[in-house]
Order: sequence, then C-alpha cells, then structure tokens
Amino acid sequence: MQPKITVALTGLNNTDNPGPGVPVIRGIRESVAFQSRIIGLAYENLEPAIYMEGVVDKTYQVPYPSEGTDVLVKRILEIHQKDPIDVLIPNFDAELYAFMRSEKLLREAGIHTFLPTLEQFEERHKSNLPEFGRKYDLEVPFSKPITRIDEIEKLKEEFDYPLMVKGKFYDAYLAYNEEQVRMNFNKITAKWGVPVIIQEFIKGTEVNVVALGDGTGNTMGAVPMRKQYITDKGKAWSGITLDDPKMLELTRRIIRAMKWRGGMELELVKSHKNEYYIIEINPRIPAWVYLAVGAGQNMPEALVKLALGMEMKPFEGYEVGKMFIRYSYDLITNVKEFEKLSTQGEL
Amino acid sequence: MRIKKNIAISDSGFVFNPTTGDSYSLNQVGKEILQYLGENRSKEEITSLMTSQYDIDAASFEKYFFDFIGMLRQFELLEESDAT
Repeated sequence: MQPKITVALTGLNNTDNPGPGVPVIRGIRESVAFQSRIIGLAYENLEPAIYMEGVVDKTYQVPYPSEGTDVLVKRILEIHQKDPIDVLIPNFDAELYAFMRSEKLLREAGIHTFLPTLEQFEERHKSNLPEFGRKYDLEVPFSKPITRIDEIEKLKEEFDYPLMVKGKFYDAYLAYNEEQVRMNFNKITAKWGVPVIIQEFIKGTEVNVVALGDGTGNTMGAVPMRKQYITDKGKAWSGITLDDPKMLELTRRIIRAMKWRGGMELELVKSHKNEYYIIEINPRIPAWVYLAVGAGQNMPEALVKLALGMEMKPFEGYEVGKMFIRYSYDLITNVKEFEKLSTQGEL
Repeated sequence: MRIKKNIAISDSGFVFNPTTGDSYSLNQVGKEILQYLGENRSKEEITSLMTSQYDIDAASFEKYFFDFIGMLRQFELLEESDAT
C-alpha cells in the first residue's frame, strides 16, 4: 500500500508572475510512490491556488518572512501541532533563509525539508556571482552590487549600456541609460531593499534548466528548456524542452562542484558564439517545473522522496520537444471562503 | 552540406531543432531540398532533380539554392563542419 504523506508548501500565487506551488502540487499528486495530502501555506488571502479545485486540501495563512524567522517558524510549528506535516517545501527565495536556518528545529519536530545549505545559498547569490564564476571556472556576466543611488553615475566606468538592474531576490530590468538605472533602482529598493545588482547584459537566447541535486554531488534530474514566449515580467508563458548536452553537462558540473542539495533553476544565456553564461542560479524549483514532469521527470515527487530518505534513482532521459503553454482562467468562488480565510487564518 | 542528425523534419514540412527549440515551416520545394540533403545528395544531383521536376533553369535554381543553404546555416540546421 502506498504511504500517505502530508506535504506543506508555499508559492500558491498562481498569477501572471506565478509561484511554483501549483505545478509542484500537480507533480506530487501524480506520484506513483505515495498518496498525498496537501497543505497550502498562504501569505496573501487572494492567492489563487487556495480556491482552486483539487489543488490544496487545506490552507493556512502564514506571516511573511520579513516579520522574522521566529514568527514564521512558530506559525509552522503551530500548524504542525494540529495538522501534522511530513514534508515542507518552501517555494520562494525570500523565505528560504528562514527555513534553512530552522531546518534542525523543524526536523526535530518531525518536519522534513530538502534544502540547500546556507553556504550553498549564499555562494550562488546574484551579488556573489562573479566570485562564484571564478571559484568554479564558469562563465558569468560581470556584476556589481550597489547600495546607494550616487553609485549609479560611476557605473559607466565599469559597464557598457545597456545593463541589467536586478533585485536581490526578484525583478530584473534592462536599462539603457543612467536615468533608467535610477528609476529601476528606486523601484527595486522599495520592494526588496538593497543591494541592487548591476549586471553586464549578455545578448543571446535565454535558456533554463530545472535540476535536482542530492547533496552529495549527484544530479538526480535535469531538464533544459527554452522560453518561447516571455511576459512583460520576464516570465515564461510558453517553453519547450531541449536536447542540449552542453546545458546538461554544465548543470551536472555545477551540482557536482557545489554538492547542491534540493531543487534548482539555472538561468543561462546562450550567446551568438554558442557560449553559455550563468545569469542566475535560483535555489528552488521554478514555476515551469511541470514541464519537466510532463517530459518524464517528476521532480516534485523526487524532492519529497529525498526529503523523506526514500529510495530514489536518478532520472534517465526526458522527452525532447515537449511544450508548456500557460493560461489564465477566471475562478468563481464565494465570499464566504474568502471570509473564512481572512478571519480564521485557515480554509 | 548535411542537415544535423538530430533535426526532425515531418511530412508536413515542419522542421524542429531540438537543440535550440526553434521550429520552421517549409513549403513543398523546401521540403524536397531538405529531403535530398538528408539523403546526402550533392548540389549537382539536387540541381538536376529539381530542374527536371520544375520549370526552372540550373543557373536560376542554384541562385535560390544557395540562398536557401545560407538560411539553413544561419538557423544552425547544418552540421558544424558544413556551416563555415
């Protein structure tokens, strides 16, 4: 008989800038190794997955990580006491720090996670990318973190325009002049604080890899994809799996060198000279992970197995030319549902 | 001139490059030329086959043929040794 596993996760914001929650849940629901009960952890009471049919079994509101690690973890433990959680999958960069720091505490309470270490998390940070590239002999664009607006004027000494202006967790804008850098600096700092990362703009095709490392240097799965349609927020609205051995080798090399633990998304730009530049390494499963599931690598299921120490063999191959196309859908719900979550903090 | 081995060409003339994710649609003539290239036929053979089948002289065909080959190169559909 299949064991029943309760998985709690965040990222239920299935909007035009979607979190990975729904695709991760879909993968877990399709598991052949276990049955699942899904607990959604919502930061906002209008996150669509809370109200979607057959997605979450139960939702609890949780405080933003910005309110403090202790507050967030206390709430998770409180939920765990009345609704026991086997595996917790955080799906946002911004909350990872809190959960990585509390990994031991959570484990002692019986909640399993499968996260990168703090060192791994810090090492691949956007602001540390040049050092990361040097350490592992990888091509990365030149970048520099800035914290003050008066540093913008001096950027022309080190960068050519256009350049990328990026938030430490999210948001990236292409800027053609100083004025645009200033505008984006203000926009980003208002949302994510400092530093803001200034990055060399590499012209080419944007390609990505979703991968899973076992923490000892082995790549358990990896699927490369090219975005075919990109929204104005830079998110993939459509993508296709690729047969690109170079991308796979690069992924394996990074996971082996870092001994990466958990899900990962590699964001690469393939230049016109067919060189691959690492633009970002996201420390979690991306929102397009269901493409990997559809192509034959159920990474969310694999992540749960790894978290629980279940037997897990690396995936072998995937289907090339598999596509995903996102869509939007108007979900009709009753204000009573909204009211319940808003007043009682659960639904 | 050889088409890369992993390029998929369907009967409908749909060409898919699995390395880049790009896809293209060919008309009947383009499809035939790609099929001949896939059979490793020489430029002379292809010219002879096409001029016997269509109302075009060899000089005019070759002009269009090289233009088409240039496009295949640009789209990275030819083997690298043939692409320079």
